[in-house]
Amino acid sequence: MQIPLFKRPERFTLTDAIMWALRVGIVAFVVLGSWATLTKGTYSEAAWASFVTAGVALGSTYALIAMGYTLVYGILFMINFAHGEVFMAGAFTAFFAASGLQAMGMFEENLLVSIPVVLAVAMLTSMTIAVLLERIAYRPLRRAPRLVPLITAIGASLFLQYTFRGLYGASVRSYPTLSILSGDFLILGMAIPKTRAVVIVAAIALMVGLFYLVERTRTGRSMRAVSEDKDVAAMMGIDVDRVIVQTFAIGGLLAGAAGVLYTLLFNQVSYSMGFLPGIKAFTAAVLGGIGNIAGAAIGGLLLGLLENVGPFLLLDGFGVPSVNQLRDVIAFSVLVLVLIFRPNGLLGRKEGT
Amino acid sequence: MQKNMRWSGILVVMMLALAACQGEGTPATDGNGGGEFECEDEVGCVTYGPGEPIRIGTALVITGPDASLGLDSQYGVQVAGEVRGEVAGHSVEFDFQDDGCNAEGGTAAARTLTSDPSIVAVIGTSCSSAGVPAAQITSDAGVVMVSPSNTAPSLTAPETHQPYYLRTAHNDTVQGEAMAQFVCEELGFTTAATVHDGSPYAEQLQQVFQEQFAELCDGEITGTEAVGPEDDDFNSVLTSLAAGEPEILYYPIFTAAGALMTQQAREIMPDTVLAGADGMFSDAFLEAAGDAAEGMYLSGPDLAFSGTFYEEEFKPAYTEVSGEAEPISVFHAHAFDATTMIFDAIEEVAVEEDDGTVHIGRQALADALFATSGFEGITGSLTCTETGDCADPSISVSEVIDGAFERIWP
Amino acid sequence: MRNVMRRAVITGLIGGVVFIYLSLVGLVEAFDERSVITGLLGLGRLVLMIVAIVVGYRAAVPIRGERGVLVPLGPARALGAGVLAGAIAGAMLGALLLVMISVNLQVMLTSASGRLITVLSTSTEPVVSALILIGGAALFAGLGAGLNLLPGAVRRPVVVAALAVLLISMLEPILRVMFVQLEAQVPLAPFGELAGFLYSGGGLTPVATVVLLVLVPATVVGWANQRRLVGVFTGPRRPEVEGIEEEPPARRRPATAARAERPSARRLVVYALLGVGLLLAPQILGVRLSEVIGTVGLFVLLGLGLNIVVGYAGLLDLGYVAFFAVGAYVTAILTSVASPAFAPQLSFWASIPFVMLAAALIGLMIGAPVLRLRGDYLAIVTLGFGEIARILFLSDWLSPWLGGAQGILQIPAPEPVGRDPQSLYYPIILFCVIAALAAWSFANSRVGRAWNAMREDEEVAEATGINTTNYKLLAFATGAAFGCIGGAFFAVKIGSVFPHSFDIEVSINALALIILGGIGSIPGVIVGALVLVGLPELLREFAEYRLLIYGAVLVTMMLVRPEGLIPNRQRQAELHEEEDVDDQYESDAGEDTGEPVITTGGAA
Repeated sequence: MQIPLFKRPERFTLTDAIMWALRVGIVAFVVLGSWATLTKGTYSEAAWASFVTAGVALGSTYALIAMGYTLVYGILFMINFAHGEVFMAGAFTAFFAASGLQAMGMFEENLLVSIPVVLAVAMLTSMTIAVLLERIAYRPLRRAPRLVPLITAIGASLFLQYTFRGLYGASVRSYPTLSILSGDFLILGMAIPKTRAVVIVAAIALMVGLFYLVERTRTGRSMRAVSEDKDVAAMMGIDVDRVIVQTFAIGGLLAGAAGVLYTLLFNQVSYSMGFLPGIKAFTAAVLGGIGNIAGAAIGGLLLGLLENVGPFLLLDGFGVPSVNQLRDVIAFSVLVLVLIFRPNGLLGRKEGT
Repeated sequence: MQKNMRWSGILVVMMLALAACQGEGTPATDGNGGGEFECEDEVGCVTYGPGEPIRIGTALVITGPDASLGLDSQYGVQVAGEVRGEVAGHSVEFDFQDDGCNAEGGTAAARTLTSDPSIVAVIGTSCSSAGVPAAQITSDAGVVMVSPSNTAPSLTAPETHQPYYLRTAHNDTVQGEAMAQFVCEELGFTTAATVHDGSPYAEQLQQVFQEQFAELCDGEITGTEAVGPEDDDFNSVLTSLAAGEPEILYYPIFTAAGALMTQQAREIMPDTVLAGADGMFSDAFLEAAGDAAEGMYLSGPDLAFSGTFYEEEFKPAYTEVSGEAEPISVFHAHAFDATTMIFDAIEEVAVEEDDGTVHIGRQALADALFATSGFEGITGSLTCTETGDCADPSISVSEVIDGAFERIWP
Repeated sequence: MRNVMRRAVITGLIGGVVFIYLSLVGLVEAFDERSVITGLLGLGRLVLMIVAIVVGYRAAVPIRGERGVLVPLGPARALGAGVLAGAIAGAMLGALLLVMISVNLQVMLTSASGRLITVLSTSTEPVVSALILIGGAALFAGLGAGLNLLPGAVRRPVVVAALAVLLISMLEPILRVMFVQLEAQVPLAPFGELAGFLYSGGGLTPVATVVLLVLVPATVVGWANQRRLVGVFTGPRRPEVEGIEEEPPARRRPATAARAERPSARRLVVYALLGVGLLLAPQILGVRLSEVIGTVGLFVLLGLGLNIVVGYAGLLDLGYVAFFAVGAYVTAILTSVASPAFAPQLSFWASIPFVMLAAALIGLMIGAPVLRLRGDYLAIVTLGFGEIARILFLSDWLSPWLGGAQGILQIPAPEPVGRDPQSLYYPIILFCVIAALAAWSFANSRVGRAWNAMREDEEVAEATGINTTNYKLLAFATGAAFGCIGGAFFAVKIGSVFPHSFDIEVSINALALIILGGIGSIPGVIVGALVLVGLPELLREFAEYRLLIYGAVLVTMMLVRPEGLIPNRQRQAELHEEEDVDDQYESDAGEDTGEPVITTGGAA
């Protein structure tokens, strides 16, 4: 419970009663729902395995985007609402690279060339957009009260979405498919679709890379220093502006990579593809504790699992029709509940200076 | 300063009072422009002076991801205008509005068109979700509206239809039934699963399919699910539906989500046959879905029109108006027929004066349209029921073969 | 000198980027379908011209010399800078044109189409067209630069004239229909002829344009000098109490000055006129405009409510649409005959108390879990609630009670008013007035002060004895009340409720309009609603670019004027506090105002 400024006598207040009722209610709901579903036996083991892997794969992309959010928050204490559009920009531009390569007959044939090219295009585009955002929309507002950069970010998000709509068109485009990635891997007796496996592995690799960057390299150390205390870091000779640009750039690179992975899973790009994942990733970052990189990763994975497993595990047993419709309800409800009991997220947040 | 404020204030008040004293403003103009003509129509008359074009509004989805649906209909309307040339001795002018394929768009388009007293009829809307409020608004104003592609049953159901609304598109009770018939008789399946996307159109259509499937061949629905039109991730939904092992998956949704679902379904339920409806019946869908659409079934209005008019005159005119080699969706012919029906009704009820002025009574126009019987249009022989269904409903099922739609049934 | 050139070059480059952006995003091409002056000028080209003028203007503003003094440029230098900047921008656009003609960019950039090329070209020879673009841009940029040279008294009429012509042209669909309707209602006044004179084929006639370009500046000049004009007719007069005014009407002054005056007879006359105007507006404006004002009114209600939550109490609520939806659905369920499970078919007015009750409940339900959350966390959780509400209303699960995807239809119009826009206008405006008064009284009461304190620093507020829990809940409940009433009117206005109407865009709209108008400012909400809701309704052809412009406006406002168009005085001070501090330490802070600070006659 929150510790107030002055001591109140420890009584069992109404709030406590409600909180306990809530805890009991949630546990009961989860247990009953799961038990009912599992005894009903609608889904086979293979189906559950599929739910879980789908959740982990989707969650990994959320995690990558969430880490971008969290990096920026750690330094600037602002939510970059437009980060979803950064993600979209990379994915969409890379689409043209991919279809261009395919038109040249090089896409499937020269995987060693085509994949790096597509990834590079995505990551560089996202990075550019992120850096431009920082320079044009956020830098002038460093000292403004919280609300102002948030509104700017929302405005930038709308602006970017519709800019890309104007540039690339409003229709939905399909990525050229990679036939080597169709089918499943057999791991531990479970059939995991190859695309999901690749996405999960790639995401883990990127996350590990980020940890390494932040913990072991000089750039990472500068970033940590600036996020601890901007002014002191400046006094220690760190170029704060440059570090901030680097942070946005790295966030952009991650988002671009997430974009490619996302299209690997779902095959399509459109100008509006960034909005929902952006919000979900934001949710994930908050869930894990904003400002906390490990929290973002965990939050992302958790959210992906909740979306893919939650509705079926918890609600099917109660006979709720069309449970898939309620996946976001579950995700957001979990968010609310987590924040009720742990107002700073699962792993705690960075406090603002 | 004060003096001037006072004078201008008095002037303003005088003007406002004058305006107010003239009474309530109604959309329809009184037909007193010509001289002796007294408009006896209950709702009102629209008058076009000599040389003035007859104005008809359209409210179709012409922007956004479903634009091909509305643009296609709009081209059909334009072709009708070109082919006809003149109506009752006047040229025809169209006022194109966007219905946005949602309730707000439909409302706004309907308001814009009904507030213009020179518009005598409306062709619209494209989407049923826009159609519901739009039909109410146009009917409240006495403006007759004919839809080329609204298919939701509620729009012409006895309890919920609007008195000035008609449609030349089929009623989805027919489409759902046709699909059920196809699945039962042609494919011989007895298990199916359905998905809708939360739009009134899709939800009603799959509902009808479910009922008919059960009735026609005791079909079992192994699962029903819903997704959002903007969703990307259908992996889990499809996995959960796959658990019921349906022989066919019927998802009558729109292009964006439909294409994604098709691709993902091929991976997750490779043995299940896929089927959709007219919301996905477009080139945009084929392009977005790619190879995954191969072998899939789609129901839609039967474009195998009898007679040569469609091939020899309509399509070339369509190409000229639109710049497209082939029609981009499936309701252009319905739009053409709707427009032509309106033209015919106008000529029937118009009162012409010697100098060329023409008066059209709104109630008379509506009555004439509802009385349409045996109208020979491209889409068949149209007869309007008293609740507004005019279509000669023939639904066909097509299969995607080699990246194109091939009509295969009936 | 070098600085001037450098600035001109940079401005030109930025202008070129803007040109290319507008072209590639499809705006130029789409806008050009709309005629501004029939047969002569499309809106697309006009936009390009305006950009060029702005480029030229910015290139020639007074420059900061040594010793930090603002020095205006002499005519030669100013024009030179303008023309240079324009030429550079034009060259970039010309290059784009040449590239588009030679290479098919349309595979990737869908707007690089033949139509765009047509809009940008003025001759069949590509190179000639490109050169004309350069020349044209230079010309208009030169004109823009020239604006700097004109004295204020001349500049103002010119700008106002241009804006007036543009406005009258843009409002053609509305005004033309309005005139036609007035023609029928006021037989003596020549409204029909006026419409015919002004408009043809969707835009202004060239003749009308010229007439307006003469009349409007004349009016502006006349208005500014009315004292002298009146003096010509009435002879010498006694000195007035208020002193000499040469500025345009008082409404241009900041709200602070107006408030400082005693409520004079003049203000009462103004309010009375305003009241009469509001009462008679639907009759004059016609159906379409009344409908637009109705929609604006709905958003004013939403804005006032959100203003309380975000503006007064400082709680960033991104899920405001939840309240809107609840109000609409409660009304639908209680009044419609088609309500699935429970159809008491009350009248609209009878259902209002229930709507308020539901508002209070949902306000508490949303407020309670978020009591301990701050800033960003609060934002995402409320956003989540908004989404949860929409999904629940849409869900198959709850459709037996809430209608699901089919929504609830056949909502009856409120007796005895009726559903048509001109009648529904009155209850909406009435509730807006009530809401504004309520918000105003909250703001100036103890509750408002408590909210202020809470917003500034929550812990300190707690320490001074303010029960933040209660006040937060109160804020949510009040905001919910306004939102729910807005939702109720929405339901009767459209006559049916569909879950799709209640998505996050509504919340963002509401937030954007209070930001634009001014956070914490009630007149600001009205202005914001008029601009962000009213204008797009009128200019529906530009629906494709509406959100693009929204986004750009939001970003620009935050960068340039975060306190909004009609700011709350206190907030303005808060928002610029930090800047004032910074300004003292930086040598080139502040904006170029464009007005000469010290004229030294063209020093380098």
